[in-house]
Amino acid sequence: MSASAAKIAAPVESLVLDRNGARVSPIGSRAFLLEATGAFDLASQRRIWALSRAVELWSETLEIVPGMTNLLIVLKQTAEDPEALASRLLEAWEQAESIDLTGRRIEIAVTYGGDHATDLAALCDRSGLSDREVVRIHYEGTYRVFALGSAPGFGYLHGLDPRIYMPRKTVPSLNMARGCVTIGGMQTGVAVLTGPNGWNSIGFAELQMFDPMSSMPAVMAPGDTVRFVPASIEL
Amino acid sequence: MIEIIQTGPFNTVQDLGRPGFRNIGVTTSGAMDPLALKIGNSLLGNESGAAALEIQTYPFKLRFSKATAFAVTGADCGASIGGRTIQPCCALSVEAGQVLELGQPRVGTRAYICITGGIDVAPVMGSRSTSLRGAFGGREGRHLMTGDTLQLGEVSNPLNLPAAGLSVVDPTYALAEVYPAPQDGVLLVRAIPAGEHALFGADAERFWSQTWKISTQSDRTGYRLMGDPIKPTTPVEMRSHGVVSGVVQVPPSGEPIIQMADANTAGGYPKIAGVIEADLWRLGQARIGSRLRFVRVTHAQAAEVEKAVTGFVEDVRLTSRMVCGALQAMS
Repeated sequence: MSASAAKIAAPVESLVLDRNGARVSPIGSRAFLLEATGAFDLASQRRIWALSRAVELWSETLEIVPGMTNLLIVLKQTAEDPEALASRLLEAWEQAESIDLTGRRIEIAVTYGGDHATDLAALCDRSGLSDREVVRIHYEGTYRVFALGSAPGFGYLHGLDPRIYMPRKTVPSLNMARGCVTIGGMQTGVAVLTGPNGWNSIGFAELQMFDPMSSMPAVMAPGDTVRFVPASIEL
Repeated sequence: MIEIIQTGPFNTVQDLGRPGFRNIGVTTSGAMDPLALKIGNSLLGNESGAAALEIQTYPFKLRFSKATAFAVTGADCGASIGGRTIQPCCALSVEAGQVLELGQPRVGTRAYICITGGIDVAPVMGSRSTSLRGAFGGREGRHLMTGDTLQLGEVSNPLNLPAAGLSVVDPTYALAEVYPAPQDGVLLVRAIPAGEHALFGADAERFWSQTWKISTQSDRTGYRLMGDPIKPTTPVEMRSHGVVSGVVQVPPSGEPIIQMADANTAGGYPKIAGVIEADLWRLGQARIGSRLRFVRVTHAQAAEVEKAVTGFVEDVRLTSRMVCGALQAMS
């Protein structure tokens, strides 16, 4: 690399700003990600929800995408002054008060085990728990929809018991069915599309999560409370 | 109306996409080469984001059932109308019953057939783009099939095109100042380091310095690259977050994936870089099996390219209107 290339590179690297419990980094020329670096909990998420409301009003904002204790902001055009924008995001985070979204209560009937629970055995191996215990821990939990994303109407659920955390797969399943009840790291959710999926399936739910023709296309919304109800357990 | 006479799989109706719904998991979709779409529409006097046909499998044939005008932009696929070869990036009038034919592309991969008034399928969530994964938008949420008929939008005041047509210089040449030519057949793709760049330690430099090959596992969703794997110095299990097209993620295999127009809206793989917006169309025209190298740039450089591209499209729009206006005045 030439000296001039190195000169160009230096300020780019410093674009990752890390302070007061949050970190901002760019994705391409028009998007910035703010990640809360503290605990993976509801308190952090409630501040993300507050931050989302503030950033949504900025004139340069095209889209905001709240994630799991993080927020992606997509700008209408390339940021002319990325450092200033990153600083502004961090300031908005520092000022973001907590808000609570009082959502609906959603119950999802699940067939635990059976043909679709392709990764239950691996989860037992990893956790040292029996399949019955894994399933019980999963359906006894109360979950909050932290964010929607990945595929239409997919809700990222927080509240998974750390005993059944399971990393995403190294090699994704090529054709996981829509409706599979899955665990991805410290998150859980129900697959909304059939296709490649790196999360671990432990059951199946018959549920339409998305209708593009509806005025409210997604069934779930951030803040909703979700409970899984075992319709049957096939172990 | 137009009628599809011959088509391969994966040809779809696309516009500039469906922004604003990433927060419920809906990908933007839209043309893989948005610049070609804008140029075609601007030449015809359409709104720059009017829906067009995105052709990526060939041969493709359609019949115009009424007199109108069209432009084929993007990939140069030796298009012909009524058996007569036409220039790339050329807006032309057609008579009812004429047949437009596209062959295998000589340059690029995706061609856009823009027609006066745009393709008038019902908008879903603010866009006419086809979401193949979501099975909505475009023509019933699916790719085009032989025998499909598509309505065209109404225009009150169509442009009066010259009989010989109205062409624009291919953007690769017109914008040569801001788009570096490929080096030894290697496409240069500009990108900005992303959040986990530093996590790759010494491998990060190899990401920029090596030549990657676009694998056969590449489509509108994303491009998988083949090369010498790069790995983070420590494994990370990230919290899922929103992503945009152009993000370069590195799955555990160490071979990067560039998310494209139909990408997931969220992800959790470490991201090493993000391709700048103004270079995405060049990726959209890159062939499977071709090679690319990433070039590290700043936001300021990205903004410069973006301005040049916006200026070029605006220029096409104004010139087209002016030429056709003058012609109208003379007639």
